[in-house]
Amino acid sequence: DSVVKAIFKVILNQKHQSQAIMIYTGWERHALVGGDVRLSCSFFSWRWTSEEVTFSWTYRPDGARDSISIFHYTGGVAYVDNKGPFRDRLEFVGNPGRRDGSILIKNLDYNDNVGRPSSVRLLVFEKVPIQAGVITGAIIGVVLGLLVLIVVIYYLMRFLVARRVFSLSVRSVPGPWLAALCQAGLCQGLELRPEPIPGTDTCVAKLA
Amino acid sequence: MLLLLLGIILLHVAGLVLLFVSTIVSVWTTGETTTSDLWLNCTAAIDGYHCNPATSGEWIQAVQAVMILSIIFSCLSLFLFFCQLFTLQKGGRFFLTGTFQILASLFVMSGAIIYTVMSPQWVPGSDNFGYSYILAWVAFPLALISGLIYVILRKRE
Repeated sequence: DSVVKAIFKVILNQKHQSQAIMIYTGWERHALVGGDVRLSCSFFSWRWTSEEVTFSWTYRPDGARDSISIFHYTGGVAYVDNKGPFRDRLEFVGNPGRRDGSILIKNLDYNDNVGRPSSVRLLVFEKVPIQAGVITGAIIGVVLGLLVLIVVIYYLMRFLVARRVFSLSVRSVPGPWLAALCQAGLCQGLELRPEPIPGTDTCVAKLA
Repeated sequence: MLLLLLGIILLHVAGLVLLFVSTIVSVWTTGETTTSDLWLNCTAAIDGYHCNPATSGEWIQAVQAVMILSIIFSCLSLFLFFCQLFTLQKGGRFFLTGTFQILASLFVMSGAIIYTVMSPQWVPGSDNFGYSYILAWVAFPLALISGLIYVILRKRE
């Protein structure tokens, strides 16, 4: 696992230095050998709305003092470096009008490994490790799923218990039904019994 | 009576607001020029703030999940309180509301404890804990007390 360290850094300038802007870049990017990676960078400011921004991506290998500019955007024109380690592999995929300054690096190699964190960090693997948010979503999903399960089981038990009580008293005719039967004139010779007790085997009213 | 009700609801809502702020604002750790966790690490530079997503380790994701769960459970508890207020029999206790609120407080507690235990790995020694972290620790006893009040409270007409 030899890792060649390098640093990507985004520098963003604007006309009015005093206005504070927020720059969002991906901290750590994982990519497969031979694949592509998109280094995203979006800038945000409450007050600045001009499109005349200047920004550049710089690359500094670990241990080196100088950093080279691999991409430069100024005056509405993008300048892609054609001499450094990323020549012919770099493409500008951002949209400064939408505050997006992302670049795409194609056909990655192990030599593109970047280490020590500064602004953007690039790691090239054979297998991509676990992504951000997977464990978060898993924990939340499991706990909420358990909650739903407990609620469902609770209502299911209530429903089943109610059914058991109902099926017990099917054997014996309930009191109100007896009264209705008697009023309809079907009770001649009928021996009326008291209300059947749930859970016990009570005799039905016998028809003479 | 109405005053008691308002006080209880206020306590619950205060805890909920603290939970929201603590979870959403990414200031669990502050350094001289940096603020970090739970979601973003921001560094102040000449040209502005550079913000990157927080390191995607397993434990920081666990803290994120647990804080979100505590917010969900606290909101559910508030909703259940209003449901039980109108449907509970006289003399009944708000067990369900209290249970959910106590669970929410336990989630905040475990999140804060996980962060405290794991922070030597994430945080350089020169950095201090930020106000989001402190709000999380304040929200925990608030939610716990609120939950216990619900468990003890009896409904009167």
